[in-house]
Amino acid sequence: MSGNSRDAKAAQIRRLLETEGEAVAANTRGFNHGRYESVAKLDDYQGLRDEARAIKEDAIERLPELIDRLRETVEENGGTVYVADDAADANRYIAEVCDDRDADRLVKSKSMTSEEIEINDHLQERGVDVVETDLGEWVLQVADEAPSHIVAPAIHKSREGIAELFNERFGPDEPLETAEELTMFAREQLLERIKEADVGMTGANFITADTGTIALVTSEGNARKSAVVPDTHVAVAGVEKVVPSVEDLQPFVELIGRSGTGQDITSYISLLTPPVDSPTVDFADPDTPITDGETDREFHLVLIDNGRMAMREDEDLRETLYCIRCSACSNTCANFQSVGGHAFGGETYSGGIATGWEAGVHGMDSAAQFNDLCTGCSRCVEACPVKIDIPWINTVVRDRLNRSGDRGQFDFLVDGLAPDAEPDGGAGLQKRLDRRRELPTFRRETLVDWFERRGPAHPPDPDRRVVLYPDLYTNHVLVERGKAAVRTLEALGVEVAVPDAPGAGRAPLSQGMIATATRKARQASATLDPYLDDGYDVVVVEPSDLAMFREDYERLLSEPAFERLAENSYELIEYVYGLVASGADADALAAGDGKSVAYHSHCQQRTMGLEAYTVALLEDRGFAVTTSDVECCGMAGSFGYKEQYYELAMDVGEHLEEQLRATDADHVVASGTSCTDQISDLLDEEPCHPVELLAPGTAGG
Amino acid sequence: MSHAAGDAYDRFASRAADYGVELTRTSPDGAAAAIEAAVEGPAVGAPLPWDGVSLPESITTDPSPADLDGATTGVTAAALAVAEYGSIVLRATPDGTEPVSLFPDRHVAVLREDDVVPDMEAAFAWFGETFRQTRDSAVIATGPSATADMGELVKGAHGPKEVHVVVLS
Repeated sequence: MSGNSRDAKAAQIRRLLETEGEAVAANTRGFNHGRYESVAKLDDYQGLRDEARAIKEDAIERLPELIDRLRETVEENGGTVYVADDAADANRYIAEVCDDRDADRLVKSKSMTSEEIEINDHLQERGVDVVETDLGEWVLQVADEAPSHIVAPAIHKSREGIAELFNERFGPDEPLETAEELTMFAREQLLERIKEADVGMTGANFITADTGTIALVTSEGNARKSAVVPDTHVAVAGVEKVVPSVEDLQPFVELIGRSGTGQDITSYISLLTPPVDSPTVDFADPDTPITDGETDREFHLVLIDNGRMAMREDEDLRETLYCIRCSACSNTCANFQSVGGHAFGGETYSGGIATGWEAGVHGMDSAAQFNDLCTGCSRCVEACPVKIDIPWINTVVRDRLNRSGDRGQFDFLVDGLAPDAEPDGGAGLQKRLDRRRELPTFRRETLVDWFERRGPAHPPDPDRRVVLYPDLYTNHVLVERGKAAVRTLEALGVEVAVPDAPGAGRAPLSQGMIATATRKARQASATLDPYLDDGYDVVVVEPSDLAMFREDYERLLSEPAFERLAENSYELIEYVYGLVASGADADALAAGDGKSVAYHSHCQQRTMGLEAYTVALLEDRGFAVTTSDVECCGMAGSFGYKEQYYELAMDVGEHLEEQLRATDADHVVASGTSCTDQISDLLDEEPCHPVELLAPGTAGG
Repeated sequence: MSHAAGDAYDRFASRAADYGVELTRTSPDGAAAAIEAAVEGPAVGAPLPWDGVSLPESITTDPSPADLDGATTGVTAAALAVAEYGSIVLRATPDGTEPVSLFPDRHVAVLREDDVVPDMEAAFAWFGETFRQTRDSAVIATGPSATADMGELVKGAHGPKEVHVVVLS
C-alpha cells in the first residue's frame, strides 16, 4: 500500500468512525450479545452446528446433481429454472421475464444476491420501477446509499437520520419522529407500491431439491406480500443455496436468527413451493373476491453461478459456499463493530466472510479493498453456525494478493519475526508504523539467555517435564512473564527446559505469507520434536502461538506432526491449572488475599476455550476477578501499529478501556502480547500476565 | 389428549406469550364464541378446514382486495404449532390463508391442541412428508410482524401488529 493510499484509507476510516461508528457499534454489539444469549438456550448448539456443517459439505459436494434434481422438481411444480453464468446473464433473463409480463413495477424483498448482480439498475434502465420493500433497504434506496450490513442493511443510520430523510423527501403533513411513526409511514407508502406491482422478486435463504421449496427468513412480512400479491414471482439465489431435502432446513432455521441478530427465530420463515396455491391479490380489481377464478401464477427461479462453481473447485475458497449469510462474523468482529460494512466490505458483501465472497464473485480487487481489516483474531470461528474457518480464507486471499505483486506490504515489528524474503527494507517499514505508538523495547537478556545462565533446576523425581516454548515476544520483550512461568512450573514439581527455538510463524501467517509460515512451522516443529519424543509437554505463554500449534498448523504441517504437537501443547495457565487439579500443591503459588483483578483474555485464547482456566485459578488463589467481554483488544499483532489503522485500533480499544477503568481493580491482567501493548497505551499502565501474579515469591497479593 | 401433548401446549403457550401472542383455550363447541371475542373491527377469514368447527357469520370469507384493505382482523386456521418456539404454521391455501393472515393489523389463528408438536425436528418431519406429497407452501409465524430498521423495535412492519391464537382442546 502506498503512502497515498494509506492516507486515503486512514481518512475513510476516520470519516466512518465519526459518522456511522456509533450507530453501527450499538447495533452490532446488541446483535452479538443477543447471539450469546440465544444460542445458550439450545440444548445442543454444537450438535446443530455440526449437522448444519455436514449438510452444507454434502450439498456443495453434490451440487451439480442437486441442481439437476431441483430443475426437474421446479418444472414438475410448474415453474422454470434458469442457471445464469454471471450477473449479465441473470439480468438479461430477468429483464426478459419483466418484458414478457409487460411489467412496469417490480417489488423486491431483501436479497444480497440481487445486490450482487445489481438487478435494480439494470431493470430501471429498461423502464421497470424497482421498489425495495424491506424497510431498511427502502431507506437506503431513498437515501441512495449502500448496505452497511448483510442482514440489517441500514444499521449505520440513526432514527433521527431516517426521520430527517423522510421529512425532507416526502414532506408529510406532520413531521415524522418516532420509530413507530417512521415504520407506519414506510408501511403505507410501500403497500401502495406493492398493490401496483406486476412482478415480485425475492431471494432465497435455502432451496430444497426434493420439493422445490424456497425458505425465506424474514421478520417484516414484505417477502410474503411480494410473493403473494403479483402473479409473477422471480426468486434470485446463488447456486450454493440448494440443499437436498426439506428436513435439511431444520438446523438452519434454528441457527440462522440466533447467529445473526440474536433472535431465537425471526417472525416469519416462509416455505414457498412456487407457483404457490395462494390466490393473487389484484388491487386493480378491488371488488372481485380473490378466490374467484383460477390462480394463474408464473414462477422463475434464477440460480446464479457468477464464480461460485469455480469457488467450489478452489480448495481454499470452497468453504465460503457453506455461508448462510447470517452476519455472525460481522457482529462478533471488533473491527466491524467500529466501522461497519462501508469500510469492512467489498462491492456487495461485508464482514469477515466477505473476503471469500468478493474474491469469488467480484474478484481480487474488491477483496483487496478491505481484506486487511481481518486481523485473524478468530472470534468469528466459534460464532459461525457452519464452522467456516473465516480467518483462513482471509489469510489465503491475502497470500494471493501478496503474490499478485502490487502490494508488498509486509509489516513486522520485530526483526526476528520478519520472513526470509522480505521484499522491502526496514526503513520503509518504519514509515508505515504509526508514530503515536511506542515500539516494544527489546530486553538485553532474553529468556533463553537467562535460563541458560541460571541453569535448569532439577526437582527431585519430577512428575512432569515441560519444554517452555520461548515465543519471540516472551523471549525478547515480555521476559518477566517467562521467568515467572519457569518459577511457577518448577515450584509445582515440574522439570523445565527453555531451548532456543525459532518463531512459530504467526507474524508471516497474519500477513498472508503462507509459504514462509509453513517454513517456520516446520522449523518450530523440528525443534520441539526431540522433546515430544522424550515425553515432554509443550507449554506456551503467548496464546497466538499456541493457536498456531493447536489450530493453524493443521494447514501447515503433515497430519501426524500436527496432531502430536497439538495434543501435547498447553497454554501456560491451563497447564498450571491441570497440575493443581492433579494434586500439585497450590499453596506453592502466591495468594491473592482478596485483591481485585481486571482480566482481558486474548481473542484466540477465548476461541480455544481457555479463558476459564485463568479465571478459575486466579479465583482459587483468592483473587476477585472481573473479565472483559470485549471480543478483541484492537491491536491484533501489527495491525494496531499501522498508521492507516491506528485510529480504528484505538476506537476498538476504547470499549475495552471503559470496561477496565470501570472495574478500578488492583491489577490489570492480560494474557497476550498485543493486548498488553494495547492496554499499556490505553491505560498508561502496563498490565502483567496472570502468571506474574501467581508465581511463588512474587508480589501476587 | 396425552400427557405429553399437554406439556407441549404449556410450552407453546409460554413461548408464544414471550412474543406477546394472546391465547384463548376452548373446546370445539366454544370456538365460534372465542373467535368472535378475539376479533376486532371488520374481519375477513379463510374457512376452517375441520369438521364441526366454523367461523362466525360476521366474518367475510372469500374477501375481495377491498375487503382485505378494510379489515382490522384476519382469521385463519393454523395447521401446526411448534411448542419450543411458540410458532404457528399457516398453510398457503387457495382460499387465501396467506393474504388473510398478512394484510390486517390483527391475526386470529385457530389451532387444534393436538396439532402442537414439540420442536422443529418434528415440524420439519411433517413439512418434509407433506410437501413431498402436496408441494404445498406454508409460513412458520412467530409473534407479530416486526422491524428494528427505524432505530428501535416496532411491531407491525408489513404484517400484523397483534396475534391471537384460539386453541381448541
